[in-house]
Amino acid sequence: MIEIVNVSRRGVLQGLMSAGALVIAARFYPESLRAETASRGTHADAATLHANLFVGVNTDGIVYLVAHRSEMGTTSRTSLPLIVADELDADWKKVRIEQAIGDARYGSQNTDGSHSIREFYPAMREAGATARLMLVQAAAQQWSVPASECHTDLHTVVHPKTGRKAGYGELAAAASKLPVPKKEELQFKTRGEWRYVGKGMPSYDLEDLCTGKAGFGMDARVDGMVYASIARPPVFGGKVKSYDDKAALKVTGVRQTVAIDPFQPPPAFQPLGGVAVIADNTWAAMQGRRKLQITWDHGANESYNSDQFKKELQETARKPGKLIRNEGDVEAAFAKGGKVVEADYYVPLLAHASMEPPVALADFRDGKVTIWAPTQDPQGVQETVAKAVGIAKENVTCHVTLLGGGFGRKSKADFVAEAAVLSKKVGRPVKVVWSREDDIQFDYYNAVAAMYMKAALDANGKPTAWLQRSAFTPITSIFDVTAVYGAPRHLQQGWTDVPFDIPNLRVENGPAKPAVRIGWLRAVANIYHAFAVQSFTDELAHAAGRDPLEYLLDLIGSPRILNLKDTNYPNYDASYEAYPFDTGRLRRVAEIAAEKSGWRNRKPRKGIGWGIAVHRSFLTYAASVVQVEVSDKGEIRIPRVDTAVDAGLVVNPESTRAQFEGAAVFGTSIARTGEITVKDGAVEQSNFDDYPVARIDEAPLHTNVYIVDSSAPPAGVGEPGVPPFIPAFCNAIFAATGKRVRELPLSRNNLSA
Amino acid sequence: MIRLRVNGTDRSFDGDPEMPLLWYLRDVLGLTGTKFGCGMALCGACTVHQNGDAIRSCVTPMSAAAGSEIRTIEDLNKTGLHPVQRAWMQVNVPQCGYCQSGQIMQAAALLSKKPNPTDQDIEAAMAGNICRCGTYQRIRAAIKAAAEAKP
Repeated sequence: MIEIVNVSRRGVLQGLMSAGALVIAARFYPESLRAETASRGTHADAATLHANLFVGVNTDGIVYLVAHRSEMGTTSRTSLPLIVADELDADWKKVRIEQAIGDARYGSQNTDGSHSIREFYPAMREAGATARLMLVQAAAQQWSVPASECHTDLHTVVHPKTGRKAGYGELAAAASKLPVPKKEELQFKTRGEWRYVGKGMPSYDLEDLCTGKAGFGMDARVDGMVYASIARPPVFGGKVKSYDDKAALKVTGVRQTVAIDPFQPPPAFQPLGGVAVIADNTWAAMQGRRKLQITWDHGANESYNSDQFKKELQETARKPGKLIRNEGDVEAAFAKGGKVVEADYYVPLLAHASMEPPVALADFRDGKVTIWAPTQDPQGVQETVAKAVGIAKENVTCHVTLLGGGFGRKSKADFVAEAAVLSKKVGRPVKVVWSREDDIQFDYYNAVAAMYMKAALDANGKPTAWLQRSAFTPITSIFDVTAVYGAPRHLQQGWTDVPFDIPNLRVENGPAKPAVRIGWLRAVANIYHAFAVQSFTDELAHAAGRDPLEYLLDLIGSPRILNLKDTNYPNYDASYEAYPFDTGRLRRVAEIAAEKSGWRNRKPRKGIGWGIAVHRSFLTYAASVVQVEVSDKGEIRIPRVDTAVDAGLVVNPESTRAQFEGAAVFGTSIARTGEITVKDGAVEQSNFDDYPVARIDEAPLHTNVYIVDSSAPPAGVGEPGVPPFIPAFCNAIFAATGKRVRELPLSRNNLSA
Repeated sequence: MIRLRVNGTDRSFDGDPEMPLLWYLRDVLGLTGTKFGCGMALCGACTVHQNGDAIRSCVTPMSAAAGSEIRTIEDLNKTGLHPVQRAWMQVNVPQCGYCQSGQIMQAAALLSKKPNPTDQDIEAAMAGNICRCGTYQRIRAAIKAAAEAKP
């Protein structure tokens, strides 16, 4: 449900717009808020409180569009305004984008879950179409002609009968005095009339990003600010017993040290606690911090070791767990015999390692705090910071900078709360800079997961029964310390919705208790679920002596809507009617990736292999064919990847291709070397030397991305490229070497001949 | 007192001679185009030119920068965009963009020494620069485009 109101005289965008400018506010209610919002005051009151988008047409013709979602490289900051600009028929060269501060009136600003386009596409279109109609009506009034005789042509209203024309700027003042047209009056462009949607536009910030002018969180500066480096408890849940800062205070530029309280369980997004060194520059703060002498109370997690935990997790995955989905009777089918295949898969804890480590600048004064931070979730910042410094969240102003990568890490405001707590104690603006070591050691890690798979094959090699059991440390544990089972919103990610047409199919999940913070990382649970399901499918194909593509298509079966009625399936917060799981679309991307790669003509030989995998996540269907070369020494090259994507309507194809190119590299990092280990409660890795990520000579040499032309509603593109890439890559390694990868990362597997 | 030239301007510094050039550029001079990524010369985000060579400013103490000519992304080209920057825009390389200052400085240094780099030259020169968004194939393409677009 979308409502649009004229707020030209409400002071919105003050400072940007001159008097007489037209400003439209669109408010968008998430489904869950409908009842609540319907009961609120007047139309206009409600919009002022909840508008999520502002279109401003200035008298000089400049159109201001507010970007309310964060920019971390996916182009949400460009592509959402692009939708508005298209319906407005605006000249992109005359569009200026303003980044919104955190404010609940925008609706959700939490830029994660590949939500931005799919959630806000309708609101953006209506906002643009409304402003366009008002400009048309203003022109029609001035010319005393029916509005229906006028149309727009790139930032201009025209009346063909009389040949009159007026620019948007000239019409803004008159349009601002008009009532907002009803939705029924709006005329949306037809697909053939789109200027930008489906064609795309480079990032609004492209030149700034190439010239060093772009403002990231790391680059935020205010007068009088000081810098902080924090020594945090090395074991999760630990605290400072005592500390000696004499040597630290002797470092040139160090001003003081400040103790930060440990969190009160559950940890959520609270600071971890520790000791901060405050200094005149980042270097002095880091040097001072190295000189701190701290005695820690490590707490209950000191006995945690990831090697031991791995064994326990794998045992759990082999035992019957909580029933998630059941069709037929797998045990009865297994009892009938046939060829039984079993396999265990394992994916370790993973760190985000965005190129810009967590960083935040906070200025606390007079009971209010102003924040500049590279956050994916500015409203989450308001909430977390308010709690941390004991003020109302309305008194937290969060300016959103560009993000130097996010991948889910920067949805959590712990690092922002640290800056606010320190600013309050120090009485100055404080910038907290995380080192790379801090980033790797105090992350919210992607869950460690064990999967057990079992299938019985009939005489033709087709499964008669399929059983899959998982155990992974749940994200929900950061909000509820007793949580040990996967939540439906994480189980749905490629586990509940295993898409195969098998008469007896059973999905289970077992308990796992984490001893580090768990969080979501690009594609989240899809990473380990797709790895297990799509690797096991390849194993079965080889067990059946079938071509992996043909076998995969056989398992998916005929095109149909997956019936998930008897399961708890949140469908990525989208309605199942609008976004059903369509196995026809799943098949199609697999077929396209295969065809474009030349799958059927491939000539595998020793050391050269091809692998395929397909997966639906974030409502998008994606398939990858990966080609690898593995030397006798086990060195891997990835000369080519072919990825087919059906993401429904794609607003910005160029940035979508870039997301899938990048996802192949992200997947390469996870598969090759992604592994966080914990010894005596402390994370063992610390920087890119012991937590390596893919470099230019390790990443795929070339990834081709094929976007399916679709009129289905838009779906996610930031994350869905990661899950299919990893099993396709590992399946290719099997084809090249005969070695099956069941445990990630590859660096733990001996691939030499 | 340490003297050096930064982007054509003479500068002097009397702080800790062990302070890495990176933090002098960012915190003291406010030249924030050069990025902090790892502090150990592992990622290349902090790459600048010292007397025309690409160096990692995060491990270059001020004492080692003394007497040299430092150039940062803010001043890669005196007038307008450098051919590498133009190529970066043409190929639409950046995603988040955080590493791109370092990538561009590294690529510019490569092309100044090898105007027509081979694939192997590109890999060898760029392997020290991490891009977590995974823009590598566009980086390759942009370097080739810049090499072809010589003035």
